[in-house]
Formats: sequence, structure tokens, C-alpha cells
Amino acid sequence: MSERTQQDLAGQGTTVRRGPPQSPRGGGTRAAPPRGKSSNARSREKRERRAALLFLLPDSLGLFTFVFIPMVLAIALGFFSMDGFGNLSFIGVDNFIRMANDPQFWQSVRVTLVYLFVLVPAIFVVALALALLVQQKFPGVGAVRSALFAPYVISLVVVGLIWQFMLSDRVGVISRMLAPFGLQDVSWLGNPQLTLGTIIFICVWFQMGYYMIIFLAGLQDIPAEYYEAARIDGTTAWQRLTRITLPLLGPTSFFVLITATIAVITGGFDLIYIMTGGGPAGATSLLIFYIYEQAFLFGEYGYAAAIGSTLIVVLMLWSLLLFKLTRGGRVNDGS
Amino acid sequence: MALDTRATNSTTGSARRRPRADRKWTRRNIVLLTVGTVLGLLTIFPLLWMVSGAFKPEDEIWNMSLLPSSPTLDNFIYVFTEVPFLRYMFNSFFVSAVVTVAALLFHSMAAYALARLKFRGRETIFMVIFSTLLVSLPVVLIPTFVVVRTLGLLDSYAGLIIPMIFNAFGIFLLRQFYLGLPDELEEAAMIDGAGYWRIFWNVVLPLSKPILSALAVFFFLANWNSFIWPLTITANPDLRVVQVGIATFQQQYAANWNYVLAAATVAAAPTLLMFFFFQKQIVASIKTSGIK
Repeated sequence: MSERTQQDLAGQGTTVRRGPPQSPRGGGTRAAPPRGKSSNARSREKRERRAALLFLLPDSLGLFTFVFIPMVLAIALGFFSMDGFGNLSFIGVDNFIRMANDPQFWQSVRVTLVYLFVLVPAIFVVALALALLVQQKFPGVGAVRSALFAPYVISLVVVGLIWQFMLSDRVGVISRMLAPFGLQDVSWLGNPQLTLGTIIFICVWFQMGYYMIIFLAGLQDIPAEYYEAARIDGTTAWQRLTRITLPLLGPTSFFVLITATIAVITGGFDLIYIMTGGGPAGATSLLIFYIYEQAFLFGEYGYAAAIGSTLIVVLMLWSLLLFKLTRGGRVNDGS
Repeated sequence: MALDTRATNSTTGSARRRPRADRKWTRRNIVLLTVGTVLGLLTIFPLLWMVSGAFKPEDEIWNMSLLPSSPTLDNFIYVFTEVPFLRYMFNSFFVSAVVTVAALLFHSMAAYALARLKFRGRETIFMVIFSTLLVSLPVVLIPTFVVVRTLGLLDSYAGLIIPMIFNAFGIFLLRQFYLGLPDELEEAAMIDGAGYWRIFWNVVLPLSKPILSALAVFFFLANWNSFIWPLTITANPDLRVVQVGIATFQQQYAANWNYVLAAATVAAAPTLLMFFFFQKQIVASIKTSGIK
């Protein structure tokens, strides 16, 4: 808590969201004039501050203990070697040197990057296309929306089980359906060249509904008048898409790209755990899975933490960048 | 929040211009319906296939027919009698419910302070919270594990519940919501001499029912579906939650897909039912989690 209090004292003050434009000094009561506060106003200010800190107390303690300390610890642990009993010994940058020389680590990095750079654009395109479809009004559109979203409410463990069943070699429903195309013998989860693609496909199926809803919200924000006007001007549907829809979806697209990037870096664990265990031959060994494997299967907590800390630094920089770009989570949509 | 109202406005607006265009069987509507139906069916096919497999006897499991020719409940009976599946369901329910209630209370308190009260350092605190928004559990799994072990919470309900309560996401969404509330109500209560806690409890919380119910559904689902945390910190089978339960079950009965699918169906049923009944809240929570 003391840390927080210090941040309080160092802090700058109030937001600019509500109320009339005001000096950036904090603390003024809502209606009070900026200068020459009465003692009454000052005591209210004090009360308000005390109340605020009490309101913040439970979450501050919890976040501090279970989010903030782990974040700091994550970086610190990388410099230690730790056995299964939690005994630490300082080993400097050895873990990081080991990381640099670990071909399996680099394999994981490669897999993660491929996964990221295929999955994020794929989700983006599929979700946007579906949003454009279900944005239209036609009979039964509500049911179609629900169906497209439905996979998202299932747990990834169940998702993994279902697809493992459907993708069973030769006898599974997918192989049998693809038999007429001569694809019955393809092993979608057993062939190292195909497995990652299969996982990516499943991830798109699972997540597309979520991002579809976000795109849909963005689409509904575009004033209908723009389309009416464009229609009167005799534009084609394609022109309306590229000249009106896509540019005005800018903030939504930005949000989707960033959250999907983070989600796919950190996510994916459950599916890999259930379906492939990182195999075959490391083909689906995402970093997040590799970290888990090192820590909880091989007991290499320190080494795993070192890999994790690298990921955390990247994610935190990404978060801060997002914060700056969105001015505290509010994407600049020109208003 | 502005998003929702605006969305409704534009929908009603265009509906007024072209009355009930969606009901007419124009060629456009038929094409859209066909495309939508095909995509929708393809999307839910895996779910249907799971449910269908759960009702198939063992010798029928690789049949290509969606409808079992001799449907049976034996798989479900087997699952519930061979492993303590009810216990797993209870554990999941208990953990998810407690996390949801505690998270909603603490997050709305914090969000109220961050949105409605003025004090020095408010923006700094918010920024610190915001910077943790995108660091999700799997990335800090090991250090969180170390913290929880140090606190002696391994292999306990407390260990399953407490760390899951705290995340910046809920605070962030509720803060956005509270920023949009009008000042007048609070000021009236303030003039009546109400303290901050009473304003929060009697004025702000009742106003936030829609977003709280949306978040409640969202938190409950997320916790019901969570896997990596319970997998990591529990070894005691009595503490097994349903996701860990089916994963373990599958490792034991890998060859018996009819049992595995029945277990998976049981695990998925509550989430599908929730989706069916609370669709509006789920969609609302996603929309508000978006940009505004």
C-alpha cells in the first residue's frame, strides 16, 4: 500500500473527461472555485480522498499481491534457479544465456510468430466478413448471429476434445467427409506440417464470434446517412465498403488487432495442452506452452521464468503503448 | 455506453425508413438467409456432433449419422458413476460464483472511486491498473504460483478463488460506465447528507444493474471455463474443477470417445444454457469491453 500512497502523492490529478475545462490540479471539489478554498471545502476534499482510498483498498491489495508482485517477481525470478521446493539461488544471466542457446526455445518463438501472424489477420478478416453479413437485416439473422457466436462460450478444453474426436485419423468425421477429395489419409494433428494450421483453424472457429460482435458494434456506429448519400451518388457496394466502412472502422480495427494479438500470445495454452502437447516434433510448441512445460513438467522454474519475463516485458510495453495511443482506453475516434 | 444507445437509434432509424424490410422474401433476403444458415450450421456442427456422440453407444461412435440410431443415456450414467463428476461440477460452480460476486463488489468499489471521486493520484493509480490489463494469467503463471505457494494457498479453495478475483478488466469496464453517469443524483444524495458508501450502495450500484449483470455472466463463464490455473495449483482430486476433471478423464479413457463426449457435453451444458438465456448480457458485455 505504501507504494500506492507514494504514487498518490506524486500523481498529477484529475481527469478531463467530466465537467468544465479546469486546471490540471487535483482535489478541487466539483463545484468549488479553483482558488481560495474554504476550510469546509478542504475537509470535504480530505473526506473524499479517504473514502476513495478505502474504496480502492480491496482491489488494490488484491491486484498488488496477485498481479503486481507476480509481474515484478516474473522478471526477478529469471535471474535465479529454483528447485521444486522453492529454494532460490542467484545465477545472474545464466538463464538468459541458456535461452539464447536453446534451439527448442527458438523453435517456440518461431511457432509463436507464425501462429500470431497467421491467426490475427485470419480472425480479423473472418470476423469482419461475418459482421458485414449479420449486420444486414434478413429473416433469421438473430439465429445466425447466435450460431456464429456459440463456440465462444464453450471452454477450450471441450473445444479441444471435440476437434480431437472429429479429426481422428481416418475414422473421424472430417477425414470421412474429405474422403471424396482423396484426403482421407491426411493426419491433421499428426503431420508436423499441418498441425499448426489445424490449431489456427480451430482458434478462428472459436474466436470469430467474439470479434464479430465487436465489429458489429463498430459497424452500427457508422451513421446510416453516409450509406444513403453514397447510394444516391450511385456507388457500388465495394466502393461503400472500401471508402466508408473500412475507414470509419479504424478505431474498432485497431482495438481488435491489439486485443487479438495479446489474446493469441497468451491464449492457446488449453488447446495445445489437450490436443497436441506441443507436438508433433515441437510443431505446436507455443511459447506459453513451452514455459509451462519447463516449469511444471521439468521443474525448471527459474529458466521458465526467464522466458516468461521476456514475454512480460514485451506485453507491458505493448500495454503502455496502447494506453498512450488510446488516452486511457478511449480510442480517438475524432469526436 | 453511448455505443449501445447509438446502435439502437441507428437500427430503429433505418427500420423506420424501410418498414420491415427484413420480413420480405426478396431475392436478397433469400440469398442472405441461405448464406447465413449454411455458415451458422457449419459453425455449430462440431457442437451438435459432440452432443450426438454423447448419446451414441460405443459401437456406433464412428458412424457418420448425426442422429444416433439407438440413443442411450449409458454414457452419462457411466461418467457420473465412474468419476465424481457432480463433485467437479460443484467445485466449478462454487469457485465461479464466489469469484463473480467478490469481483463485482470489489471492482465496482474501485471503479466508483476512480470515476466519481476526486483525489490526487487518481490518474496514476488508474494507469498502473491499466498497465496490468493485458498481462494475463498464463504469462505470469509461475510467479503467481510462487506467490500463492508462499501464502500457503496451494491445493485449497482459497487458492482457486482469491487470485482469480482480481483483474483490471472489470475495473476498467465499470469505470467507463460510471464516467457516463449523470452527476445530479449523487449531488442530491450528498445534499441529503449521505456518505460516500451510502451513495455508492444506494445510488450508484442500483444504476449499474445492466452492466453488473453483463459482467456477472462474463465472469461466471470465464471462471467456469478456466483450466490452466486450477490445473497448476490443485493436486487433490476433491478440489478438481470440471475442466480439469474432463481433461483427466480423457487421459484415462482416451479410447472411449462416447464417455469422453458425454463428459464434455456435461461440462459444456451449463455454458450453453447460460448463453441461451443470457445472450443479451453476454453480447452487451462484449460490446462495452470494446472501444468506448
